[in-house]
This record gives sequence, C-alpha cells and structure tokens, in this order.
Amino acid sequence: MNSKLTKYYFGYIFIAPFFISFAIFGLVPILYTLYLSFTNWDAFNDPVYNGVGNYTRLLHDTAFYQSIGNTLIIWIFSIVPQLLIAVTLAIILNEKFIRGKHFFRAVYYFPNIITPVTLGVLFSLIFDWQTGSINKLLTTIGLVEDPINWFNNPWWSRLIVAAVICWQNFGFNMIVFIAGLQSIPDEVYEASQVDGASGWQKTLYVTIPLLRPVFIFTLITSVIGGLQLFDSPYMIGNGPNNTTRTMIMYLYETAFKNFNFSYGAAIAYGVFVIVMCFTAVTIWLTRKREQ
Amino acid sequence: MESSSTITNKAPEENRGKAGPLIARLLIYLFLIGSAAICLIPFYSMFITATHTNSSIARQLLLIPGDQLLNNYHRLIETVPIWRGFANTTLISVVSTALAVYFSALAGYGFSKYRFSLNNVLFAIVLGTMMIPGQLGIIGFYRLIDSFGWLNTYWPLILPSIHNAFGVFLMKQFADSSVPSEIIESGRIDGSGELYIFHRLVLPLMMPGLATLAIFTFIGKWNDFLNPLIILFDNELQTLPVMIAGVKSQFTADFGAQYVGIVISIIPILIVFSVMSKRIISSVAAGAVKG
Repeated sequence: MNSKLTKYYFGYIFIAPFFISFAIFGLVPILYTLYLSFTNWDAFNDPVYNGVGNYTRLLHDTAFYQSIGNTLIIWIFSIVPQLLIAVTLAIILNEKFIRGKHFFRAVYYFPNIITPVTLGVLFSLIFDWQTGSINKLLTTIGLVEDPINWFNNPWWSRLIVAAVICWQNFGFNMIVFIAGLQSIPDEVYEASQVDGASGWQKTLYVTIPLLRPVFIFTLITSVIGGLQLFDSPYMIGNGPNNTTRTMIMYLYETAFKNFNFSYGAAIAYGVFVIVMCFTAVTIWLTRKREQ
Repeated sequence: MESSSTITNKAPEENRGKAGPLIARLLIYLFLIGSAAICLIPFYSMFITATHTNSSIARQLLLIPGDQLLNNYHRLIETVPIWRGFANTTLISVVSTALAVYFSALAGYGFSKYRFSLNNVLFAIVLGTMMIPGQLGIIGFYRLIDSFGWLNTYWPLILPSIHNAFGVFLMKQFADSSVPSEIIESGRIDGSGELYIFHRLVLPLMMPGLATLAIFTFIGKWNDFLNPLIILFDNELQTLPVMIAGVKSQFTADFGAQYVGIVISIIPILIVFSVMSKRIISSVAAGAVKG
C-alpha cells in the first residue's frame, strides 16, 4: 500500500464499535462479576465486602465438585463417540463412489441447527418413563418387560444427556472433518499409491495424520463449548441427586433461582478457571505429541 | 466401526474381484442409511406423537399419524402465545444478525487494510476474547442491564451483537483474500471518503463472507436461551426457546401439547434448512476452515 494514500487512522474508527461494545457489554460485566464475587449480595440490599469468603465456600462446596464431575462425565461420553462417528462418516462421504453425498451430509448436519432447548424437551419426552416412545418401542419388541425409568438412574440420565449432545453435534464435526479432508491434496494419495499403500493404510497413515490440525481444532472448541453445557441438560433436568447438573446449571440456579448473586459470581470464576485449565491441558497435550 | 474396516476391502478394487467391493459398498451404505435413520427418527416420532391424544400417547407405540393435531394445538395456544414468541425471536435474530454482520465487516476490513500502529495487538485481543467463556460475566451483565433500566427490553439481547470476535476474524480473512487494495486506492484517487469506499466498493466484494457470517449469527441468536431467560420476564416479550422451556413445565401431563410446541419450533428450521442446506453447510465448512 502507498503510505501517502493510506489513511491509517481510519482503521481505529472502523474497529472502534467492536471495542466500545465489548467494553460495555463484555468487559465491564466480567470485572463487575469479579467484584461481586468478593461481596455478599442477595439482589435486594447493597453488596457488602466479604473478602474471599465466597471462594473459601466454593472450595468446600461438594455440590460444585459434583457439578464439575457431572460436566466432565457428560462431556467425555459425548465427545468420544461424537468424534469417532464424525471422522468415520467424513472419510466415507469423502469417497468418490458414494452417491447422495449431499443428502447424507444434510441429514447428519440437521440436528445441529435445532434449538438445544427444543431438543432437550424432545428427548425428555421420548425417554419419558411412562409415555416415552423409547420405552414403548422396547416393550413392544419385547426387549424389556417393564418400562425403564431412565431419569431415575444417574448413569442412564448422564448417558442420555451425553447422547443428545453427541447426536446434536457429530454432524457439525463431520462437516469440519470433510472440509479438512478436502484440503488434503490428491498428490499425497497418489504418492502413497505409488508406494503401494492399501486403502486401509492410506486412511491410517495418510489421512488421519493429515487431519491432526482439524482434530485439535474440534477438540479445543469442544472443550470450551462442552464444559459450558446448559440448554439441553437444563431441559432434561438435574437428574437423581443432581447427577446431571452441569457447572453452568449450578451457576444459574445459585444466581437466578436462589438469588445468591455474589456466590454465583464466585462460581462463574470457578468455572472460568476450570475451563481455562482444561483448554491449556488440551493444547499442551496436543503440542507435546506433535514434537 | 464396521465402516472403517469395510473401507479396507473397498480400496484395492482395481486389482481384485468384484464380490468383495460390492459387499463392502453395501455395508457402507447400510451404515450411512442407519445413521441417517437415527438422525431422522426422533423427528418422525415427534410429528406422529403430536397428532394423538394424551391417552393414546400414554398407551402405545405410535407409528402412524392421528387426527388430534388441532386439538393439541388449541390447548397449547390457549396458554402460550407461541406465534408471538416466534415473531419476537425473528425480530431479535434479524436485527442482531444485521448488526453483527455490518460491524464485523467494518472491523474486519479495518484490521485487514489499515496499517495503524496497534493493529496486531488489538487483533490479538479480539482473538483472545473468543477464549472467554460466554457465561463468565453473566451476573455482572444482569446487574449492569438492571442499572441501565433495560431489563425486560430487547436492547441487551441485540446491542452486544456489535462485538462478534469470530465475525471480525472471519471478515478479516475475507477482506485479506477478496478485497484488492487497488480498488481502495482507485476509490481514494476518485476522491471518495473512506466510509463511502467501504459501503460502495468493499461491502459488495465481501458479500459471500457476509452471507456466511449471517447464517452463523442467525442460528446462534435464534437458539439463544440463557440471555432471554434472565433478561425478559414478560410473557408477551419472551422468545421461542424460553417459551418452549415454559411449555415443558406448564404442560407437565399434557404430552400432546408439548409435542405440538416442539413441532412449531422445529418446522421453520426444517423449511429453511431444506431450501438452503447447501449454502448453510458450505458456510459452516468455510467458517471452520478459516477458524
């Protein structure tokens, strides 16, 4: 660019709306939440300084630890099958001989754009103990004699929440993997063909290693997104003894149902620290293996 | 998993007999069709169940449509202004999307074409904001909006769309690759102002990028749940996802009405998706590759 003609200061004007909006609606609330986490505030009286009281309470709060455990269990049960199914389908749909590629891609992707709340309600109805279609199906084909009370069992509840999230998101990851596969140049495959690689070997030694960056991308985005699960688990409910209550559900209940805003603020920062730790660990693990 | 092993058999088809690949292809198609069925059956079950009385929903597995759709619908409409929620969500989503697309394009273009001194630092900050979990500042946000007197209005749901870090990132990529600096230079030689150049010369060139971002933002806003849940109290102002959540608690034993509510929230998405699925999927792929 010609420096005489570059009206560089205009750049600041163009990016200003972003930063003004972020300052007001992003940064101020974050700092204000931090301040509130050091106070006692019930939304009716003024906040009173409370030091690290909320954080001490958080460190001894078994309900909080339980919600961390629940979130991690649900996340792992959803992310592992999700990535496996996504990568398998992506590799299949990337084969030249498959017909109706667009149809399959569209069908697999469709659940991803449905409102998570709606899916939560839908699956809580489908898995309903007495009236849900799943129990009707199982009893009709004779697989079980009595309907299973899914949401009365912690592990069934967690598995169903994980399954809903897996079901909703594998299509998105599949699209990402297909985009990754299409960016692998044909020459690489031709070269491996010359070297005498079989189809299986090509997949294992050429495709999968070259998909690494895409894998890392999906893993990191799913850590950040997956640890903030709220909408669909909230619709399915807390589960027996709160065994499907996620971290954000606990935050929401504390702040907006029990009106303990200052303790909610401490939970928000606790969640933040945990998400950051897991993101850092994921990045570190993937980096380390690369060397 | 069976599918990945079938790929093995498929590849050396050039040098082996035809029977192996044929069976392998059959298995691959079975796997694809099975997965598609798992994606679609919950929706089918939802449509069917919505057309039956509560007593038949409770009694048996339903496979064919009934004639109770309108009755269920009327019971739902009596207490939940679901079409009002539909209109509200549309309004919020359209305005937010317009804001997000315009201001992201503005900032992305600013970062791409103006060499101001803090360019790299500020862009790194934009990317950094993407790592912050969305719920970190939620309590401070609520309190701030309360002090503005904006609770129970649409401002807090719409205005924060101005800062969309992913959008700025995506738009910078698009401006880098599809807006030639020569066009800006020629506009300046003609004596046009910087904003005029952006509106008349640059925005048209960025159209494909704008469409991609618009699709992402619209889906995200349409599905937004936590923000309207805490900001809006008035039933007449409420958005569709929150109404659907309300249907679940208000109609605990009325399954027919709950199913109709879900159907109403899914049908528009289904229609839009069946018309625009190619566009939406390629946008997702483009967004993921750039990300």
